[in-house]
Amino acid sequence: MSETQEYVPNVIKAEEMDPKFKYEISKLPGAEKIMLCFQCGTCTADCPISRFSDLYRPRKIARMVQFGLKDRLLSDNALWLCSTCFTCVDHCPQNVEIAGIVRVLRNLTIKERGVMPLVFKELASNLLKTGYVYEIPESRHKKRIEQGLPQLPKPNLEDVAKIFEVTGSSKILENVKTFEKVKS
Amino acid sequence: MPEPKYLLFLGCVIPYRLSSYEISARKILDKLGVELVEMPEFNCCGFPMDPINHDLMLTLAARNLCLAEKQNLNILTLCNGCFGILNETNKMLKEDKKLREKVNGYLKEIGMEFKGTIEVKHLVHVLVEDVGFEKIKNAVKKPLTNLRVTQHTGCHIVRPKKLIEKDDPENPTFLKTLIRLTGAECLDYMDEAECCGNPIIGVNETIPFQMAKEKFDHIIAVGAQALITVCPFCHMMYDLNQPRIEKAFNMKIGIPVLHYPQLLGLAMGFPPEELALNELRVKPTELLSQIQG
Repeated sequence: MSETQEYVPNVIKAEEMDPKFKYEISKLPGAEKIMLCFQCGTCTADCPISRFSDLYRPRKIARMVQFGLKDRLLSDNALWLCSTCFTCVDHCPQNVEIAGIVRVLRNLTIKERGVMPLVFKELASNLLKTGYVYEIPESRHKKRIEQGLPQLPKPNLEDVAKIFEVTGSSKILENVKTFEKVKS
Repeated sequence: MPEPKYLLFLGCVIPYRLSSYEISARKILDKLGVELVEMPEFNCCGFPMDPINHDLMLTLAARNLCLAEKQNLNILTLCNGCFGILNETNKMLKEDKKLREKVNGYLKEIGMEFKGTIEVKHLVHVLVEDVGFEKIKNAVKKPLTNLRVTQHTGCHIVRPKKLIEKDDPENPTFLKTLIRLTGAECLDYMDEAECCGNPIIGVNETIPFQMAKEKFDHIIAVGAQALITVCPFCHMMYDLNQPRIEKAFNMKIGIPVLHYPQLLGLAMGFPPEELALNELRVKPTELLSQIQG
């Protein structure tokens, strides 16, 4: 560090902490046991993503939820690096479902901050259009006949649209902003 | 015992990119006496929507479960992701009355109701639990002796353990045993239960590529001739992306990645062209000449 630079410690300010946040989160399915986390760090140690990322740390996410650092959590794109392998869930000595907490935080980020990775918006839009999350080209359907495979089952797009509507997903996706990539 | 009969849940990735998996799975299941019924209707299992909205995922999954309940058939999936989500939703809705009421509230809007009368299984579970090792062993006509392969079971048919309770997630043995029935040697390698990384490839390529590179290092180190998978996502990571991983790390990998039904199909005596082996990105040319030679 050069002498001209002033050292600024990474301080958490009291007003950043929302004491109710951990209680709100613990009511959501998958995050019920957040209060049981005693910060042993097994999740981070065994996480295959953390080994290759400087930013994704499940233990830190759990602590930040306990501290109520909602703004920091919901503006942290590293949340999108969890690959849902569930190693953390299987290895946690307190049976905290870390991957479930990450999913709850992703859902909350989209709902409250209106921002999500582009790829998931594209998958959702394909699903609404075709019933499948990838748009299967006509050539594929023709090839199936040549290969002696049965026709693909037809989607029921009315039902899919209705499910998006009644679960509040259409509204969530309406004005959502997107970003493309997340840093390692 | 009556022949096992399942509703085949194909998912999205297989018809989009990997008919080779579907073609070979249909071939071997037919020969092993597993009857497949086509889904009357379909929507995505829900897995890719879980990060957006958990209720959306649950309801999409539950709709597929309801379709199976109406036919009174258990579901067979070829994809780990589809199995993981359909099985998780099925178990949670069966066990959690409050959650079931909530999801049934959504389903009412499309005239459906989850009752909890069926089971969900992955191909591997059907082969192990319904067909059985004895029957598979007897179906092997051309044992693949002298072939040395490795396996990648993937995550969502073993983890989280409490929702599946079949194979051991720390040391999965189902696929290894199934491979050994073909006469091939199944080699152990370091960190074999580790994730392929594919679920995050849409937001970050660097990490999954590093994970895959490390896996290939370990596979090459034990001298394997091929990698065997049972999930389209894992397969895409190791086969379709293999040339890009080679380029990114300036290395030669050259490990063919076969769907398990292709390996078993060869051992059962199907000609390679009937198992869509030509559709693989990394061509198993040497492996095939060794088998046929």
